[in-house]
Amino acid sequence: MEAPAASIADALGRLSLFADLPHPQLEALAHSFGEEVFAEGQRVIRQDVTGGGFYVILDGEAKIVIDGQERTRLTRGDFFGEMSILTDEPPAADVIATSLLRCLVIPDNELKAFLLRQPSVMYRMLQVEARRLQAANVWNA
Amino acid sequence: MERVDERPFPPGDYDVVVVGSGPGGLQIAYSLARSGVARCAVLSRDPAPGGMFRRFPVYQRLISWTKPDAPFARGTREYEWYDHNSLVGDERSHRALAPEFMDRTFDVPARSEMEAALVEFATRGGVRVRYDCEWLSTRRDDAGFVLGTTDGEYRCSVCVFAIGVTEPWVAPIPGLDAAPHYVATQAPERYQGKSVFIVGKRNSGFELAQGLLPWARRIVLGSPRPVDTAMLAFSPLSMRYLSPYTEHIRGGSGSYVVDAAIERVERHAGGYRIHASGTTWEGELELEADEVIAATGFRAPVRDLPGLGVAMVNDGRMPAQTPFWESVSVPGIYFAGNVTQASPGLRKHGATSSSSSVNGFRYNARVLAEHIADRHFGLGRDSRRVRADDLVPYLLRELAHAPELWTQKGYLARVISAAGGGFCDEGIVPLAHFVDHEDGDACAVAVEYDAEGGIVPVVYVRRGGHLEEHSLPRHPMHAFLTEEHREELATYLEPLL
Repeated sequence: MEAPAASIADALGRLSLFADLPHPQLEALAHSFGEEVFAEGQRVIRQDVTGGGFYVILDGEAKIVIDGQERTRLTRGDFFGEMSILTDEPPAADVIATSLLRCLVIPDNELKAFLLRQPSVMYRMLQVEARRLQAANVWNA
Repeated sequence: MERVDERPFPPGDYDVVVVGSGPGGLQIAYSLARSGVARCAVLSRDPAPGGMFRRFPVYQRLISWTKPDAPFARGTREYEWYDHNSLVGDERSHRALAPEFMDRTFDVPARSEMEAALVEFATRGGVRVRYDCEWLSTRRDDAGFVLGTTDGEYRCSVCVFAIGVTEPWVAPIPGLDAAPHYVATQAPERYQGKSVFIVGKRNSGFELAQGLLPWARRIVLGSPRPVDTAMLAFSPLSMRYLSPYTEHIRGGSGSYVVDAAIERVERHAGGYRIHASGTTWEGELELEADEVIAATGFRAPVRDLPGLGVAMVNDGRMPAQTPFWESVSVPGIYFAGNVTQASPGLRKHGATSSSSSVNGFRYNARVLAEHIADRHFGLGRDSRRVRADDLVPYLLRELAHAPELWTQKGYLARVISAAGGGFCDEGIVPLAHFVDHEDGDACAVAVEYDAEGGIVPVVYVRRGGHLEEHSLPRHPMHAFLTEEHREELATYLEPLL
């Protein structure tokens, strides 16, 4: 009956996305949404298949693959799946675990309500999206 | 005279070793015995079949229904959808056993009725188990695994652990370990006139609160996550456990359901003091209670498996699994029963599987037995040919009535492969496996929840390595055998025909 060394709530609190959440809210987050663990090589979200969730990497690495081409790698603290939920379109990419991958998962139908309840998380998410857009613009230029 | 040990499966070398004799263990043992795998040992620390239903639920009534009478006759495949508590048998006399033991006081069995049905399944199905043989340790050797038990060592290339999720798990809340866990809850009359604080508001928490309503002076349920009433209204819990919540909503002063992170629990001479911080409201609470019960859930008793490299999930409570219920980190170690809920599947639109209850995991186990026989021992099932002109009607019938698809929505699928101008029935397969493995041209059908929570038939068609997904229309009576469904399905399958 020993308690785990570090709870999911503690692990979440160390990620920048959730850095502004007070402890009770981290507990609520950990109790409301589950953790999923994927084998190396397992797909997490699937290009053109509806209904993926919003994933935040707690541990491990993943790659983003579009039409069979690897585009980028993701690691602890990174998140994915939000584009498809926000645009209400099937995911435009595969995300595949490249190591044992541990994620927090917020189901697609619960993300909006969660973000509206936790505007600090939404703001941090927007900051990351802005940086991604900036990087994409630099590439295009 | 020395007593002869007549138990089956003495220590030694086997192809597969199954650990457990609850519903998950019995189902996988039954199905493996019919899969062609020659040497399969089944071990259990218990003295008899039944697993958790030998003890739980504490207050004796299950929440999963069995309808003794239903639109389909008992013993048919279609009837299984109305009977969520029987294991699934290949022969008529092994099927639909739960209703035989129910007295119709409720449409959900009592614990003792459930236990009796499982014992009967083991007897009639000829499920042999070495009882009173406890698995203690696990290590690898060249050929696979070595399981140490109270009777000696078992060597095997494949293990299946059907060990339940019934070990008490106490949330890491300071001081909570001083309070009894759900499993140590006493008879309800022992709580007469007392103020009881229950930590947790999932199944076990509500079960206790409901059972204590006629006895306790005050009941408070507390945990960080708010009760999801929209979801609960349609969950099996709604049938039995929601009176405490109803009383709270209506403002009764005896029952409270509080959304709060429990910061710490202090034991003192007169009882307990609970310190909590609001989650859906701002502020702190300090509460006194005569009794505290930790209804914070359970974990799988995995013993030394994490040390062997088996990755765990959900705060270390369950082994993480692939779509075929294999450890994500140690190939050859599989799981059956309640713990297969840690193989989440696609979870489209957040939908969860039914793998945490008998109605779902009985099918997982049957699929797993075929998978183990095929992948590890080359004992592939003979695929049944499907005539091209029967493809559409067959898949529509599956979408309308297959109990596997209706119970495990968006999780299990009927798969048909297309090769050499013909079609072969590949059986029931985890949908995530079908979607993720490019094994040639094929189609699959599944019953799923759509984004609005409606039930829809869905067809997946893979051709030339490209996968397409199509939803068929909803129907107010879930009648998927209409001409409209037939025409749409035929259109989507056209590329394969």
